[in-house]
Amino acid sequence: MRLMKSLLTGAALAVGLAGAVFAQEKLKVGFIYIGPVGDLGWTYQHDLGRKALDAALGDKIETSYVESVPEGADAERVLTQMALSGTKLIFTTSFGYMDPTINVAKKFPDVKFEHATGYKRAKNVSTYSARFYQGRTVIGYIAGKMTKTNTIGYIASFPIPEVVRGINAAYLAAKAVNPKVKFKVIWVFTWFDPGKEADAANALIEQGADVIMQHTDSPAALTIAEEKGIYAFGQASDMLQFGPDARLSSIIDNWGPYYIERVKAVLDGTWKSKATWDGIGPGMVKIGAFSDKIPADVQAGAKALEKGLADGSLNSFTGPINKQDGSVWLKAGEVADDATLASMNFYVQGVDGKLPN
Amino acid sequence: MDLSSINPVVLIASIMVASTPILLAGIGELVVEKAGVLNLGVEGMMITGAIFGFAVSVETGSPWLGLLGAMFGGALISLTFGILTQYLLSNQVATGLALTMFGLGLSALMGQRYTGTKPPSFPKLDIQVLKDIPYIGRMLLSHDYMVYISLLLVAAVWYFLKFTKGGLILRAVGENHAAAHALGYKVVRIRILAIMFGGACAGLGGAYLSLIRVPQWTEGMTAGAGWIALALVVFASWRPWRVILGAYLFGGVTVLQLNLQAVGVNIPVAYLSMTPYLVTIIVLVFISGARTSAPASLGRVFHASH
Repeated sequence: MRLMKSLLTGAALAVGLAGAVFAQEKLKVGFIYIGPVGDLGWTYQHDLGRKALDAALGDKIETSYVESVPEGADAERVLTQMALSGTKLIFTTSFGYMDPTINVAKKFPDVKFEHATGYKRAKNVSTYSARFYQGRTVIGYIAGKMTKTNTIGYIASFPIPEVVRGINAAYLAAKAVNPKVKFKVIWVFTWFDPGKEADAANALIEQGADVIMQHTDSPAALTIAEEKGIYAFGQASDMLQFGPDARLSSIIDNWGPYYIERVKAVLDGTWKSKATWDGIGPGMVKIGAFSDKIPADVQAGAKALEKGLADGSLNSFTGPINKQDGSVWLKAGEVADDATLASMNFYVQGVDGKLPN
Repeated sequence: MDLSSINPVVLIASIMVASTPILLAGIGELVVEKAGVLNLGVEGMMITGAIFGFAVSVETGSPWLGLLGAMFGGALISLTFGILTQYLLSNQVATGLALTMFGLGLSALMGQRYTGTKPPSFPKLDIQVLKDIPYIGRMLLSHDYMVYISLLLVAAVWYFLKFTKGGLILRAVGENHAAAHALGYKVVRIRILAIMFGGACAGLGGAYLSLIRVPQWTEGMTAGAGWIALALVVFASWRPWRVILGAYLFGGVTVLQLNLQAVGVNIPVAYLSMTPYLVTIIVLVFISGARTSAPASLGRVFHASH
């Protein structure tokens, strides 16, 4: 419905714009989303960012979005439509929109694009992402402390650097406080499929996992964890309502401030293509409130980690760390550089299973 | 890797849970197509059923009323398709696609109040005598009622199509609507009823997802299950029992590969993930060798004046 509506308005606007050029028009800002805005996870948080934009700059801008856009050719079509309809700044909010964004950006040099979680930039394409892995360090620590079976289940989406980084960061943090901990990873090859995510959660629980982490977008795993009486975390959004007893904490994406900053830059003409990668410190990643199921000393430990990551005194990837095959990645005291992190395609030593490629 | 750590009882249980939504939607669509109507809106009807079922069971506290609500919701939304295609003679493919979009939008709108609500839990078959049968007792006879209802439904559809006069008429309408009309059968009325049956079944499948498989409401939560159900009908070459085979094969391989990953089987994950689709394609290739039995009037527009 909404898709239809926005496509129709898009088409109508394209026709309208062909006839007349409006003076002092509001800046049109567009978003494309991978899931529905009601996923209560990844897309929901981006849409909260869009709403924050409306609230802050509503008199100068006009926002629109298209939801549930598949990655690939469909994305290119929707982006072209948006650009044709006079949208001057477009946020593309999924990794798989990377090439479509670059392709469409070439055709519309006067439209500015912001691509989330990717690494390809152009004169009119910026990239932005959050250091979610810092959040993974904090919840990995909590998971390592809370597991009784020493088995942590991890529902992963696609083997892209962002997801691999999350698994590694969580594993290292859990391992540091619980040497016996094991990670079981299931790749579901989808961002959003509640049924499949629930099946994966059940399979992990069956294999002894009593804490579940996820890198998929729906709250299905949390619901299953609640039902089975084990622990899980909110992903992208707080998700407390889906598992009041099961949810230990959450990693919350906070896009609003960045969106406002970038739109302001367009409005006053200072927008330039750049790469942004912010973490807990600038507030792009937030850690959700701790459940009172977590003992006080663990809460304090997690808080200390969060604080250290925020002020830069700690780094999620501090050597000595070996790769899964046993070769040295970081020597003692060495910290990971952003380039390696951005293209991470290996498990660290201790994670079981083979990383799909 | 330790395959013995996969508990067959639990595995079978999760396979049944994963297969039941597509089985329900698939058997409904089979009846629709047997009547000569191609309704591509299964996804939209499923998601509508998912939210109707969820809302009704949350409001009344009864999962059974929820299922009734889901059937009602699915049938109601399919009726719009029925009226458009049967009375206003719109194109079935386009109308079906529109029905999917409509269902997704409508359910998102209706569901806004229900995100994060917990539905009442669904009763399981719990008869001690049956459970005590060694092995198969717990493996096959202790699931939620809907698993058995879905199987009974397939049996009922098979019986109806094969042995009853009503079934014969329905098939006649699907094979040659002009001849059926000439014999005095109400083609349009029969098709509307079939469409509503399909809608009710798809609604039930959706509600199974939102009340039992995941117990939660999330927008777009069917995530393509409706399209799988559509493929199932072709896979089954329009024969009811084969819908069970297809649904359990697809659900089974999906769940099995997740479990194999969980125990750390040393097969590249990409292969595991593609197996459900691969197996489906292979079976389709074999089946297509045999004579197919698509209803002859499938998807064709009927008007008494033609």
